[in-house]
Amino acid sequence: MRATDTTNPEYFHKVVDCQYACPAHTPVPAYIRLIAQQRYTDAYLINWESNVFPGVLGRTCDRPCEPACRRGRVEEEPVAICRLKRVAADFKDEVAEMLPKAGPPNGKKVALIGAGPASLTVARDLAPLGYELHLYDEQTKGGGFMRSQIPSFRLPESVLDEEIGYILDMGITTVFNTYVDSMADMLTKGYDAVFVGSGAPKGRDLPKLPGRKEADANIHIGINWLASVAFEHIKEIGKRVIVLGGGNTAMDCCRTSRRLGGEDVKVIVRSPFEDMKASPWEKEDAMHEGIPIIDNHVPREFVVEDGKLVGMTFEKVKAVYHRDGRRELVPTGEEPEFFPCDDVLVAIGQENAFPWIEKETGIRFTSWGTPIINDDETFQSTRKEVFFGGDSAFGPSNIITAVAHGHKAAVSIDLYCQGKDLSKRPPPDVTLVGQKMGIHEWSYDSIPITDERKIVPLEDLKKSLSDRMVEVELGFDPETAFIEAERCLNCDAQTVFTDSNCIECDACADICPTSCITFTQNAPEKELRGKLIVPAENPEQDLYVSGKLPTGRVMVKDEDVCLHCGLCAERCPTAAWDMQMFFYNVSKATPNLVDVK
Amino acid sequence: MSYYKPKFQHPKLPKNSLGYTVADYDGSISTLCAGCGHDSISAAIRNACFLSSIPPHRIAKLSGIGCSSKMPTYFLGRSHGFNSVHGRMPSVATGASVANRDLIYLGVSGDGDTASIGMGQFVHLIRRNVNMTYIVANNGCYGLTKGQDSATADLGSVGKYGTQNPFEGIDLASLAVLQGASFVARSFSGDKEQLEPLIRAAMAHRGFAFIDVVSPCVTFANNVGSTKSYAATRDNLEAMPVDFVPMREEIRTQYKEGSSQTVTLHDGSIIHLHKASKDHKADSREDALMALQAADRTGKVLTGLLYLDPTSQDLNHTLELASQPLNSMGKDELCPGSRVLKSINEGLR
Repeated sequence: MRATDTTNPEYFHKVVDCQYACPAHTPVPAYIRLIAQQRYTDAYLINWESNVFPGVLGRTCDRPCEPACRRGRVEEEPVAICRLKRVAADFKDEVAEMLPKAGPPNGKKVALIGAGPASLTVARDLAPLGYELHLYDEQTKGGGFMRSQIPSFRLPESVLDEEIGYILDMGITTVFNTYVDSMADMLTKGYDAVFVGSGAPKGRDLPKLPGRKEADANIHIGINWLASVAFEHIKEIGKRVIVLGGGNTAMDCCRTSRRLGGEDVKVIVRSPFEDMKASPWEKEDAMHEGIPIIDNHVPREFVVEDGKLVGMTFEKVKAVYHRDGRRELVPTGEEPEFFPCDDVLVAIGQENAFPWIEKETGIRFTSWGTPIINDDETFQSTRKEVFFGGDSAFGPSNIITAVAHGHKAAVSIDLYCQGKDLSKRPPPDVTLVGQKMGIHEWSYDSIPITDERKIVPLEDLKKSLSDRMVEVELGFDPETAFIEAERCLNCDAQTVFTDSNCIECDACADICPTSCITFTQNAPEKELRGKLIVPAENPEQDLYVSGKLPTGRVMVKDEDVCLHCGLCAERCPTAAWDMQMFFYNVSKATPNLVDVK
Repeated sequence: MSYYKPKFQHPKLPKNSLGYTVADYDGSISTLCAGCGHDSISAAIRNACFLSSIPPHRIAKLSGIGCSSKMPTYFLGRSHGFNSVHGRMPSVATGASVANRDLIYLGVSGDGDTASIGMGQFVHLIRRNVNMTYIVANNGCYGLTKGQDSATADLGSVGKYGTQNPFEGIDLASLAVLQGASFVARSFSGDKEQLEPLIRAAMAHRGFAFIDVVSPCVTFANNVGSTKSYAATRDNLEAMPVDFVPMREEIRTQYKEGSSQTVTLHDGSIIHLHKASKDHKADSREDALMALQAADRTGKVLTGLLYLDPTSQDLNHTLELASQPLNSMGKDELCPGSRVLKSINEGLR
């Protein structure tokens, strides 16, 4: 195997599993250390720079970082990264003065269509450069799906208003209560670029199911219904509610129903429970509120009596998994099952819809209804001054993905408006700094503690069900947050090996608590993985291979379960191992938006 | 500096036939200098005991005084231990081994503890063929007192402060062969592939098993001109690879005929020795001495199993001592009383 090229920042970036898994690549361990130091404001600013909505995401993120967390590979549970982010937002000081302001006008004008997380991110990244930004949305307030889809008991409106406010205060011109119905018109308004962040606004329906038309008055499309609740057009629902679907929207629908008068609320889903798209914790939260999830039931009919919906029948199925990974839902042959209900919420997915983008604009679409985009770096459409991002680019995803798209699109828009090549993108901001404080001491808490993951306390169930504005999760207190923060293994404290210093004393291999280091003869990767002290069986994790050492062997480190405890470097007599702090910040239109020391 | 080793382990750490992982044979975290050869020897002992599936509580660790003699704290934290007086570990080991022959005795000593203050006791341990493994962590200097030349420092070796050693060093391996030790080996702390099987074989051997391990002092003798530095030892190393196959396992390694020799131990375990030359015989004292002298003349460090008498009889056998550990006997057996004494005395009249 070739020696690892650690001069390529992507190698060490991948070692920081949480950051690597995050679509926006938020420097997670860096802000968790700041939380442990009670520097909540700094922790918030690092987050804000990277993911724009720390308070929102600390409550609602899909947390791709947590399944990736290294801690989950050495013990049962990963670090509660998401809820630590909320800690930073909860305990920060006033930050408004520390945030960047709009730059002196640069003469360029950009339209942002849809005021969701993608557009807001583009606005945040471009405002300090002096762009004149016009933000369009059909609603009365900004936020997009963050406001209309996420219920207040999960995300208080005040948090949303605060973080959207930080952006709008950067001199953004808002054009709210305005539905953009023609892209062709928009293109005649003299904008240098147009960014489309209008989401995937069309909720899927079951138009062909018997009884659909007759029962229409009591059948609601989930995302539309949630929006109507958020904007207070709907204030109640029937006592018996069936929610169709197994995603996070279905979970929000059922829990909202419980707060609007629904007493017997059920989620009924086609797939097996384990295959449901909803995040495990959202399923748990729903069940905690007394909502059963009935799986393996396919809708057959809306049952209507005297012109009114009285219930639904379902066919029972079981999942059969084929060798190619395909799943088939096969009827069990049992009698269809009837569930009585007063209302049905359909939350079975959503689609992109661009009825307002005319063909003659030159913006072309795939057969899936998503725009044809240059690549997932530039987000440029087939009309070169129009860019897409968020759900409107590749279909429904989540907030953090929309933010990541926004950063990239903002870079593209800036390059485009300056007449530069979109493929020549600025590099990420990377530093790698030694952490030695004494002979054998490091600047970070290197010893991993064995405490188990802390559970976030919840509001009293009765109280939270009585009012949809009462937030269910209470967040960590500072003491619990400290312990949870200390569970972080500091994977960004990199083990950096300098082969020319190594005298092959084996001290590092002998001391390593998780047996990650082996000195052996080099071989092709597959063979090398097999002959380590403990074979490296996780192919997603890299091997760190040194150059040839004096005995002809190489040092091989399996990154998989390294604790970053620094013992290899402490037991190294020649500083061939060193612990160096790695900071990686993705390229943005405006670099260094905040100042954290 | 960390005095604590994290509790997390690799989730797929292999287990031996007792169900233990190698971590179950760990001791406290080392307080020796970072990079000390002795720590590698500790790890080799730990690995050897793990691989041979020895229950930790069946081992007794013994040592004297010195950096080397601190080592037993850093491995086998669940075994018995006795940190004795400087150079006097052999007498404690002798007493222990006759009192309880069921334990496996592992002595760890250094060049000072063995070749200077303990020399008198050491040679008698060999002479009596006490059933134990005796490892010398040999760095040629007194690391604990700032690196003065020890009795095993080679003639002309340069110390950290630039002075040459004016005396011939004592070669403990040659001495052990000459004195009649039944198992003599030499190895290098930086060569675990050889050291681990040697320790396993030594622990399976019945009788006195001696391993002289060159173990560089990273602080006081790892300089240019030192003959026991990592670099010099590697440059001059003439290693005879060794394989140890416990009784229950099948033999897999194939050696070229003529260059290897197979020795079966009393418990049925097998040692495969890859020899330095065709003529060398591991069961001949003369050959062992010749090979050691020849290597020494050319400045080579010959490592591997140098001499082995698989049929040796240990002290307990020679003196026809009780086969049962004394701690398992009752008062009547240990102190049979005046009637038995009288009959013995009568028998001598």
